Parts: sequence; C-alpha cells; structure tokens
Amino acid sequence: MSAILALVETAGSAPDRLSAEALGFAGTAAKALGADVDAVVIAGGEDPAGAEAAAAGLGAYGVSKVHLVAGDRLASYAPAAWAAAVADVVRSGAFEAVVAPSSDRATEVLAHVAARTGQPMAANVTSAAPVAGEPWRITRQRWAGSLLEDATLDGAPRLLTVAPHVVPALEPAAGAPAATVERVDPQVTDADLRARIVGRDVAAGDRISLSDAKVVVGGGRGMGSSEAFAMLDELAGLLGAAVGVSRVATSLGWRPHAQQIGQTGTRIAPELYIACGISGAIQHIVGAKAAKRILVINTDPEAPIFKRATYAVIGDVQAVVPAITAEVRRVRGG
Amino acid sequence: MRILVLVKRVPATGGRIVLADDGRSIDTRFLGFVVSPHEECAVEEAVRLIEANGGDSVVMTLGPAEAADQLRDAMAVGIDRAVLLETDGSDWDPLATATALTEAVRRLEAADGPFDLILVGNESADSGGYQVGIRLAVALDRPVVTGIKALEIRDGVATARRQVSAGFDIFELPLPAVVGVREGINLPRYPSVPGRLRAKKKEIETSSPERVAGGGPTLERLRLPVEHEAHVEVLGNGPEAAPRVVEVLREIGVL
Repeated sequence: MSAILALVETAGSAPDRLSAEALGFAGTAAKALGADVDAVVIAGGEDPAGAEAAAAGLGAYGVSKVHLVAGDRLASYAPAAWAAAVADVVRSGAFEAVVAPSSDRATEVLAHVAARTGQPMAANVTSAAPVAGEPWRITRQRWAGSLLEDATLDGAPRLLTVAPHVVPALEPAAGAPAATVERVDPQVTDADLRARIVGRDVAAGDRISLSDAKVVVGGGRGMGSSEAFAMLDELAGLLGAAVGVSRVATSLGWRPHAQQIGQTGTRIAPELYIACGISGAIQHIVGAKAAKRILVINTDPEAPIFKRATYAVIGDVQAVVPAITAEVRRVRGG
Repeated sequence: MRILVLVKRVPATGGRIVLADDGRSIDTRFLGFVVSPHEECAVEEAVRLIEANGGDSVVMTLGPAEAADQLRDAMAVGIDRAVLLETDGSDWDPLATATALTEAVRRLEAADGPFDLILVGNESADSGGYQVGIRLAVALDRPVVTGIKALEIRDGVATARRQVSAGFDIFELPLPAVVGVREGINLPRYPSVPGRLRAKKKEIETSSPERVAGGGPTLERLRLPVEHEAHVEVLGNGPEAAPRVVEVLREIGVL
C-alpha cells in the first residue's frame, strides 16, 4: 500500500503541537488516496528518550509504521545530518508525499531533503487535493498568510510543510492499533555535520513569553516615543501581560526586536490583545491573527486595525492608557 | 573576507493587498518596493562584518530591471558591487531561482575568488518559499544554517544563534558557509546622502539567467483569504472610556 510520510517532532513523549497538525493533514490526504500514514521520528537532539517514547505511541495518531532514526551522529541537531536521515527513509519506500510541520527545524530539514533529491517543495500549505500519480492541487500561504496561492505540486515524493494553526491538531485515539516501529541507522557523512548545534543559551529572567501570553499589550508608532512605553509596561504588569510592539517601534529603536509582533517577528495567540497606537499594517496583523479578541486604542477610527477589532476606544493612547491603568488600580482597591 | 548578499525586491504592502486583474500577481501600481526585510538585515550584517574584518562585498538579485533600485539601496549603505540577474519579472519557482543564483556564484567566484560567506534572508516576504538559500548551499556543497539572529565570525568559523522558546540554539559552521538571517539580527542603518550619490554612479553588472523547468509549486491563482469582518464594539472616546474598558476586562476574565 502506498503511504504518506509525516515528519514528526516531539515534546515530552508525544508529537508537538505543529506535528499533531501535520499528522492531521497527512491523515486527511492518506484517506483521500486510500493510503497509509508512515512517520519518521529522529531520536536525537535534546530529548532522544522522549522521541523514542513518542514514536511508540504514534499508532494513536493514525500512524501504521514509524521509521525511528537513531545514531551517534544525530546526538546534536545538525540540519544536513537530519535531512540525510529523512532522505534515507524517503528512498526506502514509494511515498506519495512527505508532510512536515512548519517549525524552523522541520522546514529547514525538508528544504535540505528537497535540495538533495532535486524535488520541488511547498512551504506553509493549508490544503491539498491528493490524486495518485498526478500533480496535487494545493493552497499555500504567501505573505505569512495575508495572501493565498492556489498551485500545483508534483514530485517523487511531493514535499510540503503544513501552515501553522490552520489544520486542527490530531487528538490521540484510544484503542487504535499500535504502529510498527522500524529502526533506521542513517548514512550521515562528515560533511553533513559541518553545521551543527554546539550549545544553547537559556533565556534569563522570568518574563512572560510573547508567544504563550494570555494577554498582550502592544504599542506602535502612535506611542510617540520610547519613553511612552513605560505606560504599557505598567498596564501589562497589572494585567500579567506580555508587552509586544509593531515593526515601526523596533525599527525606530524604541524597543528590542524580540518584542516584535508580526510577519518578521513573533506570532501571538492570546485571549486578549490590547493594541495601542497601532495602525494595522499587514506585516503586524498577520502576527496577531490568532488573538481571540483585540481591543484597539487609536485616535484614527479609519485605521485598518479597526477592521480586526473586537473592542475599540477612539482616543489618544497617552490619555487613555493611564486612565485604564488608574481604573484597574481603583477597582482592585489599590 | 569576501561576502555575497542575496536580496529580493518585494512590494511594500502597507495596510492592504490588492490583486491585479489577472489574479496571479499583486497590483503594485500604487506601491513602493523595498528589499525584503530579512535581507535588508543581511545587507547590514555584511556591511558590519566587512567594516570589522576588512574585505569586500557583493550584492546580487534575480528580478526585473527595476530591481536595480534595491541593489543601489544596498550599495548606498556600503556594499561594494552589485549583480543583477535580469528576468521579465514573472514568478520564478525556488528551484529555478536557486539554480540561476548558483551558476552566477560560480561565475563570480571563478573571476574574483571564493566568497567566505553568503548571506541570504530566512524567507522572502512575498512568496515565502523557505528554501532558496539551502538549495544554493547544497549545490555549492557548503554548510548552511537558517533563522539566524546573531552571527560572529572568528578564525574561519561562524557562530550563529537561532531563537527558540527557551533562548537561543548556538550553531557552529566552518567557512565558506551560507547563513540565512532573520530580522532582529541588527538594526539596519539609513543610507547617507553621499552614500546614495556614490551608489547612483556605480555600474550594475547585468546578465540574463537561464530558467530551468521542472520545479514547483506552479502558481495558478492568488486570492485573498476570507476575513470574518469583526463586529466592533466601541467602548467610548478618550479617557472617559476607562470604566467601560475595565468592565469588559472583567467580563472576559482578564481581570
């Protein structure tokens, strides 16, 4: 039986979020083709034991066969070495497609596989209409999702990454048959290890991570100065929120790039995003797409960001933000 | 040291994308063009590395004749030379783009010696293929790492940092190498007026690349995603809106 090969990255002893989405995508494609889902898992890098445990449980995610790659040369992440391992698995079967999550690593590894095998690759695919033996009609994201491209993708196999948070993450099914696990000893050359991880710098401090924050307070050009961000820090402190900024605020040097929300910065997914003095350029909006609610504070009711707003206050941030902060303090009795 | 930077000309989209009548491209009649953001940082990084270590730098692009503007932008901030692989402006797939760039790198290196470092953007702002730099590196048999937000070169080795949720992964790779950078690696400088004048007078080495077939994905149509028009509840005007805002914060469980 033909198969779709899913590249699976793990967190603890389960597929990580993006990989669970990729497994969902692979399952849908396999069903359309009457094919199996195979998975390739690399037991290397930071947590090889977790990866091995996750591989053993992939039957619950609809996987028939796991190609578990392990070896001394995969002990630390090296893009070309991991790609060599995946390419070995790809060559071992007649796969219709390789479906990868859109993480930095998986995207990089799949691009290496594409380069090594001379095959096309499509990044950030949102849907596909699979037909055996023919080019697939696919839709993929451009401009980080502010534009969609309908295209055809061919290849032996077809190589694609799945756009983040478009396809629901597959939930493990209880009582599903276990997957068979086949161990693979990859051919990794010295040249494949030239670029590799030699260490990790762990972020200092207890700051709330922008990508995981439940509430984000953001500021843009309308803040007027770097000093004005102090009022956002204060409000964020009261709300237990992370502070984010628009691209303009970083390119003016008001705030560090690590706080940038947008296409070239961080994608946020909070319960509430409070956007202060932000007009709503596409570059910024795509980074806040996954926010459940947006409260916009802006003087210009014609600003594009109002189209995305759940709540709006028309007014100058310099006056409105301190008033909100004072009111929060008052109701809390502080 | 010798550094090559690869850039792409992309429209500055601002607040809203409008499609052209053919449905296969963006209507750019009313838009300006820029160097794709990650690549603007790649240019700055090249200029800083040459300032610190000495040597020379080249910027190259594959694109329409008008992409000469973006090459001049790069020369205005300190890149020495520019190479344009001129196309008719149509959409080249990643394999065709990487193949043409590889051929051009080989030609440039045969004439003037090898590049120690080739800097590319992590992905282009418009098509977002995430692969041209890696295809180039594999074709040239050079080590490559992407997504880089800090770069150091010492004794022929590049140390490169990629942001992860826990902090930064630290990569090492021997030169010659290819590095894909992300915005945030530096804050690009603005060109000076003398810089602009100097860049204007410089020659751009132009050639017509061969376009290989057989890549993909093959573009059929562009469309705008369906946006669910949000229903906006206006909570008020000016600071007087604060009590209502706080009420809402309580209703939705933020307070």
